[in-house]
Amino acid sequence: MSDESGSIFDGLIGGDSSQWAFGTDFEDPLAGVDTTVPDGVDHGELAGYCLMLGDDALIMSQRLSEWCSRAPDLEEDIALANMALDLLGQARLLLARAAAADPGVVPALPDGSPVPAEDALAFFREAEAFRNVRLAEVANGDFAHVVVRLLLFSAARLALLERLRGSADKVLAAVAAKGVKEVAYHRDWAGRWFLTLARGTDESHRRLVAALDALWPLQDELVATHPLERSLARAGVGVDPASTRDEVDAVLDQVFAVSGVDRPDRAPLAGVGGRTGRHGTHTEALSRLLAEMQVVARAHPSGRW
Amino acid sequence: MSGRDHAIEVAGQVRDPEMPMLTLADLGVLRGVEVRPDDDGEAVIVSITPTYTGCPAMATMRDDLTHRLNDAGFARVEVRVVLDPPWSSDWISERGRAALREAGLSPPGPAARPAGPVMLTLGPPRPAPPCPRCGSAATRLTSEFGATACKALYRCTDCLEPFEHVKEI
Repeated sequence: MSDESGSIFDGLIGGDSSQWAFGTDFEDPLAGVDTTVPDGVDHGELAGYCLMLGDDALIMSQRLSEWCSRAPDLEEDIALANMALDLLGQARLLLARAAAADPGVVPALPDGSPVPAEDALAFFREAEAFRNVRLAEVANGDFAHVVVRLLLFSAARLALLERLRGSADKVLAAVAAKGVKEVAYHRDWAGRWFLTLARGTDESHRRLVAALDALWPLQDELVATHPLERSLARAGVGVDPASTRDEVDAVLDQVFAVSGVDRPDRAPLAGVGGRTGRHGTHTEALSRLLAEMQVVARAHPSGRW
Repeated sequence: MSGRDHAIEVAGQVRDPEMPMLTLADLGVLRGVEVRPDDDGEAVIVSITPTYTGCPAMATMRDDLTHRLNDAGFARVEVRVVLDPPWSSDWISERGRAALREAGLSPPGPAARPAGPVMLTLGPPRPAPPCPRCGSAATRLTSEFGATACKALYRCTDCLEPFEHVKEI
């Protein structure tokens, strides 16, 4: 097929990338956004903090996207993919913010590589450089497992983002203000499904309680304080997760109460020598996740793909 | 017409790639159009904001704005992202809401603006919107998530048609 506008295959050969169905993406998701680091804030610390928040979103997004085509019905498939997309969007901005604050955190790539900084951070770091909580990385289980994981994750993230809206860092404040609206939908989705499964059949109740029991030891890390978080909270840039603990507990207790499920009585999963996901000490599940997530990008460090 | 008015008019006609019944201006995504003199004449600076953080349509919006302004004679176009204040469905214009209804989509109600912590909602999230096709109030939520980040799925129990509702955010 050929007419005056040329072959439909013309777009495959260089030239105007906007001919692609979805265009190309913004090279820099923060294009036009003021990324000045507030006075008195250590650039490296701010970058590390952005990696914590960004890696939580990125790894959780990857786990949620693994659900694509596997949910009990099409609507829930779409819901999980939407939530994965929201978190991926948050991750892009936060990783880009980390790179803008301290370019030293971005892995070195071959000269001339077109891979943008946030992609380099996502695809070219080793597991020990990721700062996400371990709750985000453990392997998926059944549907009850993703419901419980999302409830624990989004209850803590929402409480944190609510406070982060007041950050002295303009980018973090803006990401938080948007994120609050998105994560509120995630938490509601998880809360409703928690209730539905708890009050459904004996089997759905059994699975829900089993998932809660399995994931509960990982909940504490969401509301525990890493020294970097304490330092940035003092500077008015970050939020000490411990300050959200009461609010998060209240939300979870509300869900447990209407669901007729007891709050689990299990101790938090200890770190290794006190080191947890926030320090870069992860479960082996993260290595497997990264192997799949990073393999294509790592095969083409200098290419567009 | 001044260069700025012309640029505003051209940018104001660019449509949303996923909801083409709406212009970016009616959707509230187009946040500003400026014309600045530069060495060879004028450069247009357009500001847009994402509806949702992960909105994959941002690049298409940028490209569409750039092309339409190029075609209108503005050789240099820069598209910037504005993150603050965050987009709200309240920014969809009356004309936009009418266009949504016309296309069989249910427009959003007023967005909640909680001063304190966001309350957990375990029941129905909002009064169900009327069916945009038959007008019946007998509608039920199918899912809070739809084909794009900004839409929920409902169905009408009278005319039995499913429909999409632009979410309050």
